[in-house]
Amino acid sequence: MPQKELDKVVSGDYALGFEIDIEQDTVEPGLDENTIRFISAKKNEPSWMTDQRLKAFEKWKKMTEPHWGHLDYTPIDYQSISYFSAPKSAPDSLDEVDPKIIEAYKKLGIPLEEQKQLQGIAVDAVIDSVSVKTTYSEELSKHGVIFCSISDAIRDYPELVKKYMFSVVPVTDNFFTALNSAVFTDGTFVYIPKGVRCPMELSTYFRINALNTGQFERTIVIADEGSYVSYNEGCSAPMRDDNQLHAAVVELIAMKDAEIKYSTIQNWYPGDEEGKGGIYNFVTKRGICEGENSKISWTQVETGSSITWKYPSCILKGDNSVGEFYSVAVTTLAQQADTGTKMIHIGKNTKSTIISKGISAMKGQNTYRGLVKIAAGATGARNYSECDSLLIGDKCGAHTFPYLESKDSVGQVEHEATTSKISDEQLFYLRQRGIGEEDAVSMIVHGFCKDVFRQLPMEYAVEAKALLNLTLEGSVG
Amino acid sequence: MSNMMEIKNLKAKIGDKTILNGLNLNLEKGKVHAIMGPNGAGKSTLSKAIVGHYDIEVLDGEIIYKGENIIEQEPEERALDGVFLSFQHPVEVPGVNNAYFLRTAVNAKRRHEGKEELNAAQFLREMKKYIETLGMKPDMISRSLNEGFSGGEKKRNEILQMQMLSPDMIVLDEIDSGLDIDALKAVSEGINSMKDGERSFLVITHYSRILDYIKPDYIHVLKDGKIVKTGGPELVAQLESEGYESLGEV
Ligand SMILES: Nc1ncnc2c1ncn2[C@@H]1O[C@H](COP(=O)(O)OP(=O)(O)OP(=O)(O)O)[C@@H](O)[C@H]1O
Ligand SMILES: [Mg+2]
Repeated sequence: MPQKELDKVVSGDYALGFEIDIEQDTVEPGLDENTIRFISAKKNEPSWMTDQRLKAFEKWKKMTEPHWGHLDYTPIDYQSISYFSAPKSAPDSLDEVDPKIIEAYKKLGIPLEEQKQLQGIAVDAVIDSVSVKTTYSEELSKHGVIFCSISDAIRDYPELVKKYMFSVVPVTDNFFTALNSAVFTDGTFVYIPKGVRCPMELSTYFRINALNTGQFERTIVIADEGSYVSYNEGCSAPMRDDNQLHAAVVELIAMKDAEIKYSTIQNWYPGDEEGKGGIYNFVTKRGICEGENSKISWTQVETGSSITWKYPSCILKGDNSVGEFYSVAVTTLAQQADTGTKMIHIGKNTKSTIISKGISAMKGQNTYRGLVKIAAGATGARNYSECDSLLIGDKCGAHTFPYLESKDSVGQVEHEATTSKISDEQLFYLRQRGIGEEDAVSMIVHGFCKDVFRQLPMEYAVEAKALLNLTLEGSVG
Repeated sequence: MSNMMEIKNLKAKIGDKTILNGLNLNLEKGKVHAIMGPNGAGKSTLSKAIVGHYDIEVLDGEIIYKGENIIEQEPEERALDGVFLSFQHPVEVPGVNNAYFLRTAVNAKRRHEGKEELNAAQFLREMKKYIETLGMKPDMISRSLNEGFSGGEKKRNEILQMQMLSPDMIVLDEIDSGLDIDALKAVSEGINSMKDGERSFLVITHYSRILDYIKPDYIHVLKDGKIVKTGGPELVAQLESEGYESLGEV
């Protein structure tokens, strides 16, 4: 009996599955040199960028898709994907943004009119292949902060882009980064100058809208010496029977005494109970703590996608630098996630913390895969890892693969892992005290995730909690 | 005579084993009923049947609470209507804050009764009274629900919940097991403070000690899934000297 009720709780409807009814320019599916020239031309890119793309494409053609993840999915046909889609007529000001887009973003809970926004959050709104609107750019520029689409950055700040793009995630890092390097369409560029504490939260909202298109965005965040920035990203997609590919690359650079806090709420369409439809999410995110005392902190709440393959990582190069990874990954329906992090300790006295919470329900499969590497010379390096799995029902699975490479016996590494089940006995106890079953499940799940939610900026913590409830909704009847 | 609960010809099984064999028991309003009986007789099974535990399959009979048969009701419905069980072995729920859990439960019941919910400050003030009289360590309320609590701490936490929820039909399954002398006294006082001439208590125990404190009105002996004997407080002494052997050959 409890099992059936639980399944109901954990199969909440996907509320963001609508389609924005706008006219879009979408290229025919297929990928060759011409596609890449077309994308580059659409974006009015300088020739150095076009050449970079073509080189990446040559390399990608020689690479093969990795299959070491604990994931099972129908093969991706790269020739059946459309690599560029944009709402017709890219706008210059909000007045020119199609009202349907403004309406759609409102439905997603993200008003694009600056005066209506949650105070102090600047947004870059990306639909399919282009950024449709970046808010508060002017206000931010007063502080010397650059917050714009990557396409604008390539045109307006070529020196910064040349210096940092591909510097943390090289083109050939893996199959998907090479593909992204060839066909990336948009994304966000952030630069915080020396000594500036970014005066507001920055965020990007990614929306896949067009049919059969892939989304390949690139994000770069540079925090110069002594600066601080908190950056957030969210995403969603319509409900479709076909799978859609999302292969993004994110690069973070933190200089001496700088701190970057990067939070993600990932809510791509997860597909249905049978595993039909949903987003294939193959993402490479990596940050480098370049200078002394720098800090990079990744927080992710992953509730969507049918397939997730993602390992936000930190290269701790500067002495005394700090890397953190806080993650909640939920797999319900037939979702599969293979996610975790890499902490590479190079500098002395570097410190990393990994807190991973995996929740599996229904037929969901959740894998934690993490690497802690302590290079020779990284004396005084320390890592603490905690990987907990929570199972709801008995058709789901949790797997943990922690890897440790240590060249330095001085390093101190601590790893804890637990797997627990929401037991019938626990649910009954709460129900005997008058708490309904759905609330009881949610209470236990939230308790399980609280160390991660605590890391999110307040506005987003509220959203993450609501999202988690929605994802696990209907379990009780 | 007015009964809070009437259990009529209750037959119930766990798995394929029949545990309760046509049990009859009337629990009077405002009275304290004690149940004693040998290990494995079905005492905990009876308490679980009363609160609708999923292990128990009721084969026959009725449980009439406040005039209504509750056999088909969900556990939370019974709880909201005032049926409370202090578990023999309270389960640990990691990650769920004890105070947060209790406030959620208290407010669920208040909502059900059409009362205004308690805000955090009101709730804490209310709870503080009980924590002190129960001699609970203040940090227990900010820890995870029952996680890592000692046996005695778990039992005190059950009593705290009972006091905060102020139920009408209170079932206590071996609340006295594993308590030290001071804890037994504190817990008994907690129970006595709840007596108001209306509430009913069903106290399952193996020992006379707690009964000296809470002074039951009736003693029932449960054996082989039935109530085989009912008497006044004097029955305790007889059971202590003679045991259960001589009773209830069925
Ligand atoms: N989940 C279960 N599966 C199988 N048998 C069970 C289960 N729970 C209880 N029983 C059996 O039911 C019988 C009655 O158990 P119950 O817990 O009601 O006894 P009790 O009177 O409370 O005993 P004690 O005084 O030891 O607490 C025992 O024989 C016990 O083994
Ligand atoms: Mg028992």
